[in-house]
Amino acid sequence: MADDGSAGAKSNLTASGEELLNYYQDMLLIRRFEERAGQLYGMGHIGGFCHLYIGQEAVVVGMEAIKREGDQVITGYRDHGHMLACGMDPKGVMAELTGRRDGYSKGKGGSMHMFSAEEKFYGGHGIVGAQVPLGAGLALANKYRGDSHVSFTYFGDGASNQGQIFEAMNMAKLWKLPVVFVIENNQYAMGTAVQRAHAETHLYRRGASFGIPGFEVDGMDVVAVREAGREAAERARSGEGPTVLEMKTYRYRGHSMSDPAKYRTRDEVDQVKEQSDPIEKCKQRILEGGHADEAQLKAIDKKVKAVVKEAADFSLASPEPDPSELYTDVLAD
Amino acid sequence: MPTPILMPALSPTMEEGTLAKWLVKPGDQIEAGQTLAEIETDKATMEVEAVDEGTIAKLLIPEGTEQVQVNAPIALLLVEGEDESALEGYEIDSATPADSAPAKGESTTQTVAPAAPTASSQMMDDPEIPPGMNMVETHLRDALRDAMAEEMRRDEAVFVMGEEVAQYQGAYKVTRGLLEEFGDRRVIDTPITEYGFAGIGTGAAFAGLRPVVEFMTWNFAMQAIDHIINSAAKTRYMSGGQMACPIVFRGPNGAASRVGAQHSQDYASWYAHVPGLTVIAPYSVADAKGLLKAAIRSPNPVVFLEHELLYGDVGEVPEGQDFVLPIGKAKTVRSGEDVTIASYSRGVQFALSAADILAEQDISAEVVDLRTLRPLDVETVVQSVKKTNRLVTVEEGWQHMGVGAELGWQVTQHGFDYLDAPPLRVTQEDVPLPYAANLEAMSLPNADKVVAAVKRVLYLD
Ligand SMILES: Cc1ncc(C[n+]2csc(CCOP(=O)(O)OP(=O)(O)O)c2C)c(N)n1
Ligand SMILES: [Mg+2]
Repeated sequence: MADDGSAGAKSNLTASGEELLNYYQDMLLIRRFEERAGQLYGMGHIGGFCHLYIGQEAVVVGMEAIKREGDQVITGYRDHGHMLACGMDPKGVMAELTGRRDGYSKGKGGSMHMFSAEEKFYGGHGIVGAQVPLGAGLALANKYRGDSHVSFTYFGDGASNQGQIFEAMNMAKLWKLPVVFVIENNQYAMGTAVQRAHAETHLYRRGASFGIPGFEVDGMDVVAVREAGREAAERARSGEGPTVLEMKTYRYRGHSMSDPAKYRTRDEVDQVKEQSDPIEKCKQRILEGGHADEAQLKAIDKKVKAVVKEAADFSLASPEPDPSELYTDVLAD
Repeated sequence: MPTPILMPALSPTMEEGTLAKWLVKPGDQIEAGQTLAEIETDKATMEVEAVDEGTIAKLLIPEGTEQVQVNAPIALLLVEGEDESALEGYEIDSATPADSAPAKGESTTQTVAPAAPTASSQMMDDPEIPPGMNMVETHLRDALRDAMAEEMRRDEAVFVMGEEVAQYQGAYKVTRGLLEEFGDRRVIDTPITEYGFAGIGTGAAFAGLRPVVEFMTWNFAMQAIDHIINSAAKTRYMSGGQMACPIVFRGPNGAASRVGAQHSQDYASWYAHVPGLTVIAPYSVADAKGLLKAAIRSPNPVVFLEHELLYGDVGEVPEGQDFVLPIGKAKTVRSGEDVTIASYSRGVQFALSAADILAEQDISAEVVDLRTLRPLDVETVVQSVKKTNRLVTVEEGWQHMGVGAELGWQVTQHGFDYLDAPPLRVTQEDVPLPYAANLEAMSLPNADKVVAAVKRVLYLD
């Protein structure tokens, strides 16, 4: 197994023009959606906690590219991007953010707690790390039934210290569960930089003592993500069990809307935005490869903007849940 | 028409903030996502980013301006196809939001915190506060901080640990300044590993230290509940009295605002169930300080339940280091004749507001702040009921097997002959707390629900 984390994913880091244009559009949708969500929050239409995914778009979009019908996704509270990438309707996601009846959880879940049985999106979890054993459990069900589905289980660098992650990893390897542990290492857990909380900062080694292969991936490069994801998913589908992928990425915004922003410098943030932006990188690939010109990309921008505007308008027009909904869905009838 | 850029909110409770810095100037071409300005509150800093692309036409609020209302226009943007002429005749009334968006707190569906009870004149003097004591106005979060700092100065064995307590100054700024004064040996940032650090704290307490373990919120202590109950609460007993566990577990408990089911739970009855634990849940600023100091000095493990929505409260606290309150004593915070309302933590706020409303209708309510839930000061509640003959309890937790269930039973047991009506409970509805503003408001207790319950025990409805 590759302990330097660099092996594996001997990538052909190329992608067709059509693929790149799709990734570009999907990443842009997440970014514009999140910017709009931030704005609606600022105007008081969204309440509570709201954790934006801006900067990390390449991770879910790259992984989504290798997902097959029936594969599952589960993550924490920074979940809007995962839902949009899964194909969930931006209107339903935004309406959940505004707490309205057309939201995915009828307004009862909010930003951190959305689900889609149809798209096999299992949430949206607010307790840091809790989704990881749950994701391994989804994989147990796949193995139990003997289908070839894979569970894509996402969690943060901070979450990767929780004890239950290690318990889940041990069982996942012991039982060869078809799960991919995707660590979104955006360098910070709230105000805590990785080196202040992790005795071992190479997070791809989290599964090392269980013999789980782990790889470090440039999470700002959608094609690199896809290639690493492809290998991990193949390993899972062929019965070899779990893989840990450490996606090196970055969150541009505060942890949630309320963030003292004193734990990192503006320069640091600006540097990532300028030098490693995943959308910009994809755009350059498209232009350099001659797959589209600026005008065509502008047309995509326009289309995405329209989708997001429609979602925002919908989310404000949708009524609040009916008061009777307070008491429904606690137990099955 | 130029597009106004509005002052955003950093949190659901924010109403105004400081426009700290502009990062653009008129004439600048901006793109969606670009940082335009920095805004600040006492708790946080946030960048305002552009949603639309265009040209900055005008900055309406100079940098450094304080108390800018949420949703007030702070700049004007010209979008594609517009030029300066679009500004002509454009009047800004900065008092009204330029958008149909409801201002914070004005929405009909927003969970509006009840106005602070006004009956301070009717509030009773605290018998534990010596007369003539100099009183200092203090924010509740600072009162907690002062309690920890004073005890740390007094006793080298006291230290604080938890997530973001040191460098970040606390997720809710309760530990502000402690790292600076005491250094990182005694103010310790932990990874996000509640089960682990609750156990490490408990072990350190076995070895004679006096840890104050902060949970960012009590919701996350469910990861650690095994150590709180199995290790901290039971070890003195299991060791035949050889082992001690002088530890404080503290943090905000109960519902905040719109943070959903997994982040909004009242654990009072959960922990109050457990022998070996002391459970404290203060409401007033002075109690928060005096009882946290008592908790830190206690030889027993203490669960100290704070409330995020009370952290900003201001109250009078006796000056000086020697103000320590006794654990296990309720306080009658308002005296009355017709009904006893007993509660703790934020529920006392609802009770006091309800008492104000009831007073206008010539109903005189006595309000008892339990302050400590284990041991429970049954005596004070029973004495009050002997006078009023009626009891209403208020808690943010669920009704089933809750604090009100215990109080109702205790009063029935010890004051049955004095009761003129069965006790009533005002609690959270029997569902996980929903996110939607209207459902959340329906689900939680409030002053109106307390008023309604009082009328029922008085057979007025
Ligand atoms: C068990 C638990 N502890 C603490 C928290 C509070 N909290 C929410 S997010 C967070 C930081 C998590 O950081 P990371 O895992 O790196 O994810 P990121 O936010 O960077 O996506 C913390 C401490 C929580 N929700 N659950
Ligand atoms: Mg992180």
